[in-house]
Amino acid sequence: MTGWRILPMGEAAVLAECMLDDVAAANAQALALACALQLGFDILPAIRSVLVRFDPLLWTVDEVAAHIRRQIDQLVPTAQADGQTVVVPVRYGGEHGPDLDDAAQSLGLSADALVAQHTAQAWRVLMIGFAPGFPYIGPLPASLTLSRRATPRPTVPAGSVAIAAGFTGIYPARLPGGWHLIGRTDLTLFDPMRQPPTLLQAGDRVQFVAV
Amino acid sequence: MLRVVAPGVLCTVQDLGRSGYQRFGVPVGGAMDRVACAIANRLVGNLPTAACVEITGGGAVFEVVEPCVVAVTGADLGATLNGQPLPMWLSVYLTAGRRVAFEGRRSGARAYLALAGGVDAPLVLGSRSTYLPGGFGGLGGRGLQMDDVLRPVPGQAPRDLIRLAGCAWPVAVDYALLIRILPFHDPSDLRSADLTAHPWRVGASSNRIGLRLEGPPIQTSQSREVISFGVFPGVIQLPPDGQPILLMADAQPTGGYPVVAVVIQADLHRAAQALPGDELRFAWTTIAEATHAWRELQRLLALPVEEDDGTALAAASRG
Repeated sequence: MTGWRILPMGEAAVLAECMLDDVAAANAQALALACALQLGFDILPAIRSVLVRFDPLLWTVDEVAAHIRRQIDQLVPTAQADGQTVVVPVRYGGEHGPDLDDAAQSLGLSADALVAQHTAQAWRVLMIGFAPGFPYIGPLPASLTLSRRATPRPTVPAGSVAIAAGFTGIYPARLPGGWHLIGRTDLTLFDPMRQPPTLLQAGDRVQFVAV
Repeated sequence: MLRVVAPGVLCTVQDLGRSGYQRFGVPVGGAMDRVACAIANRLVGNLPTAACVEITGGGAVFEVVEPCVVAVTGADLGATLNGQPLPMWLSVYLTAGRRVAFEGRRSGARAYLALAGGVDAPLVLGSRSTYLPGGFGGLGGRGLQMDDVLRPVPGQAPRDLIRLAGCAWPVAVDYALLIRILPFHDPSDLRSADLTAHPWRVGASSNRIGLRLEGPPIQTSQSREVISFGVFPGVIQLPPDGQPILLMADAQPTGGYPVVAVVIQADLHRAAQALPGDELRFAWTTIAEATHAWRELQRLLALPVEEDDGTALAAASRG
């Protein structure tokens, strides 16, 4: 049980954070822990952590923390099976990706080279967060890592494919957003009437394809 | 059955929300003041999972289309029945043609109107709660509008309405805007006085997602970029401008701002009753006290309702 930080979050939640520097490895650990804990608790896996919420009349913070530690000790690091691989067709650049050229320039790449890197491999869905169905996909290599835009846009069109902070994501709906928009897809990322409601889930892989 | 004559500032259908869907990026949502919502349901004989109308601020007016039993709890928004004061925390039988109006705010922010049988709306991801930013849940994913009709869930409408009327809540709910908090992670990073020394003004952009608190900016050493992790209603985030955000019902399930404290679950309904311009205070507490407060709150919610036929009948006959 090394490389984890277990923190009470109020009287009814505990956050377990994997402190490995390698985001992909930390994410695999977090998803494996979420799997191991899902019976009996309200579990929320994130990029490198698992939030466990519980009824403080049934459990104490110390009991839950001890339970999490036991599960971490039994984690098999390679047990994380990948979910499905989803192909996401993207129209890169132009009106669909207004930030493609600027982003490429900031990264010292041509727009074509950025697209080539973005489509070069299937990335992992690390977490669904920020908004219903919004996938954090990556981690992207340093060559594709940009900080967020200085000024977020008040609205970003649904389906926008974007990069920021070492991740790539897809806006499931018209939302405010600070990521760099490099393209757009027609896929529906979130539909509350569908079960499950999201196209992607943590652990899936995403292969972007330029169309 | 009720018809919306005027929605006022904001009326939404809310129940206890969407636990279990946070891994899809869906907020828990549901009633901001879960205590008032639960009591309103108790008073009209509903299951705890029934949906109520959450009425924010004043101006909402409803007309009774078919006889029904309702109870109003939470904030005192000047509820009237045909112009006469409508007693709160009491189930009341309403005959067709009467009007329930919320004249204006006297205290608190959000009142809850429970309808015997529960307010009907399609179940979306296991809940009838309206999630405004996502445009789903409730009635069409939006706030109530003029001429919307609030019906009980088919098959759930009780037959003997009159017997349901006259149930009163036996104790007052404490709505003092003194909110107990627990430290998160690294209390040495934050001088405790920073959060508790002075009141915080609820900012104008506060809503069901969170209360934006205004006061002397808090300095912390946590300037590094935080990788998003799970958060929930009650979590207090500290963005770079040093003005805390208290996450509420519709908060996103993950957040990337540093967390400085967490409101105890037993005090969250108090924060739900603050509107922009109000001031609230924080006080540090312990996990033991927080757990005790939660146990006491559950005990309060399990109290038997009191029969109070006199007041209810008087209210019903006045209109």
